Amino acid sequence: MAWFKKSKGLKTDKKVKIPEGLWVKCDSCKEVIYKKEIDKNLRICPKCNYHFRISARERIELLVDEGSFVEIDSGLASNDPLNFKDKISYKDRLEENRKKSGLEEAAISGEAAIEGRPIILVIMDFAFMGGSMGSVVGEKVMRAAEAALEKKIPLITVSSSGGARMQEGIFSLMQMARVSAAIAKLHESGNLYISILADPTFGGVTASFAMLGDVIIAEPRSLIGFAGPRVIEQTIKQQLPEDFQRAEFLLEHGMIDLVIDRKELKKTISQIIELLT
Amino acid sequence: MIKCYLEFEKPIEELELKIEEMKRISDGKDVNLSGEIRKLEKKVKDLRTEIFSKLTPWQKTLLARHPDRPYTLDYINLITEEFLELHGDRRFADDKAVIGGLAKIKGAPVVIIGHQKGRGTKERIRRNFGQPHPEGYRKALRLMEMAEKFKRPIVNLIDTPGAYPGIGPEERGQGEAIASNLMHMSRLRTPIVSVVIGEGGSGGALALSVADRLYMLEHSVYSVISPEGCAAILWRKNGELNAEDFSRASESLKLTAQDLLRFKIIDDIIPEPSGGAHMDVEQTARNISDRVMQTIEELKTRTPGKLVEERYRRLKKIGSFVEEA
Ligand SMILES: [Zn+2]
Repeated sequence: MAWFKKSKGLKTDKKVKIPEGLWVKCDSCKEVIYKKEIDKNLRICPKCNYHFRISARERIELLVDEGSFVEIDSGLASNDPLNFKDKISYKDRLEENRKKSGLEEAAISGEAAIEGRPIILVIMDFAFMGGSMGSVVGEKVMRAAEAALEKKIPLITVSSSGGARMQEGIFSLMQMARVSAAIAKLHESGNLYISILADPTFGGVTASFAMLGDVIIAEPRSLIGFAGPRVIEQTIKQQLPEDFQRAEFLLEHGMIDLVIDRKELKKTISQIIELLT
Repeated sequence: MIKCYLEFEKPIEELELKIEEMKRISDGKDVNLSGEIRKLEKKVKDLRTEIFSKLTPWQKTLLARHPDRPYTLDYINLITEEFLELHGDRRFADDKAVIGGLAKIKGAPVVIIGHQKGRGTKERIRRNFGQPHPEGYRKALRLMEMAEKFKRPIVNLIDTPGAYPGIGPEERGQGEAIASNLMHMSRLRTPIVSVVIGEGGSGGALALSVADRLYMLEHSVYSVISPEGCAAILWRKNGELNAEDFSRASESLKLTAQDLLRFKIIDDIIPEPSGGAHMDVEQTARNISDRVMQTIEELKTRTPGKLVEERYRRLKKIGSFVEEA
């Protein structure tokens, strides 16, 4: 057994050189797969069903009726309340991430329709500073919740985030309380809130709006948790169980309602709206 | 009791050792050093005032974690009458890193809750170094909902390095437990006053601090991530981290009570005696209870509906961004 474990470890540690562009190594099963095959499959690994991270824009296409999405609160931008000192300034880092991701911030919000039913949608994008939640993401979620409340329509969020944004310090931490308070009002007034968890969802996002849905759905194999696996490993000094913090692990422990394939998400959301509103 | 000195307190330690030495020499002998001793004592006092008036963020972080710093139970013992600790979350366990119960402060009944660190190795482990599991947050919420039911104000004392990162907490929904506290605390129809007494460690601290008024002790800290964690993210690639890195990170994070007051995240700073809370625990406890009860008296004049509405508006204001039309 010991020998097997060792060789397995060696296999994953070995750096496989993969030609740029054509082939992709699956983050979950580590198989090297032809990129076109993954793209054709809605960016889902054909070997292990891991759902690759996709952009907020791609998600909009996938989730809502064609042409129905109208962005709201797009003019919101971070400033630098801490004058945060890093290798590069926070302002430069924001600029760098805008260029890299083609996004203004780590979340897009808007009005849209799912099979003809109006909804408010917030989608996080991991490509923008690891999907971290600072003041702008917090404000977008809070305003989206308030808009859903006012229009008496469902709120749907899709999380993909490393957690609170360090560069905005205490302001980021406080966003967790703000968005949770806004969700509280939604629940109090009988609005439907569906929370979708995509890979990865951690920290301050898990510990706020992501875990407060009436219905919580995760994509297969997504990593979801409060503390990051590396931090846990360093703390407890033991290996983490297989499948730890995967969507299926959360389902097994009663933390989420459903694990649903990307291909079935829209249909399932539509069904929930149909049955509850 | 052996006093514990932090690195930046070394000049104070040296003088205090000198005073001890002189006292020992003059004891039972003809030499009278009392004049000298008094002079040195004055010098210590001035030096302490001087050092503590310009502590760096990292020094404040170390002070907030000082092994002699008073913990929640120390304050509860000093400021409450008839404290009756209540246990358990009614779901899984009784988390020893969070304590709570019924009590009276200055004769007025309250529900008081706080993170609890331990003193001494055994007790520290029993309290899990003040790092709660989900059960701790669920117990806190259970007690807060009880407070709402019986129209008792809630007092929260915050002092934690953060929520515990372990397998069990993840299996049992650490994120959900914190989120649930944030959500429900925002709607509780009874006054909530929270005080950061030591370390305000990220989400684990936030889960007890949604309030109508949030105060911090003068030398406490409150941050989204520890200076060590921040330094690791920023500079780990350059090799081992040291106190200088932590110092830089703590400056970047703007985590002192003074920073948070400037940002209007907290409502006020509760003063500590010269040298920090542990130098005069009774005085610090009085400062806390005076401020907390004065605030509760003020909050009691509002209807529950108004209280909840104002709490929401307080939260809504927190954020730093620009908006283009
Ligand atoms: Zn795979």
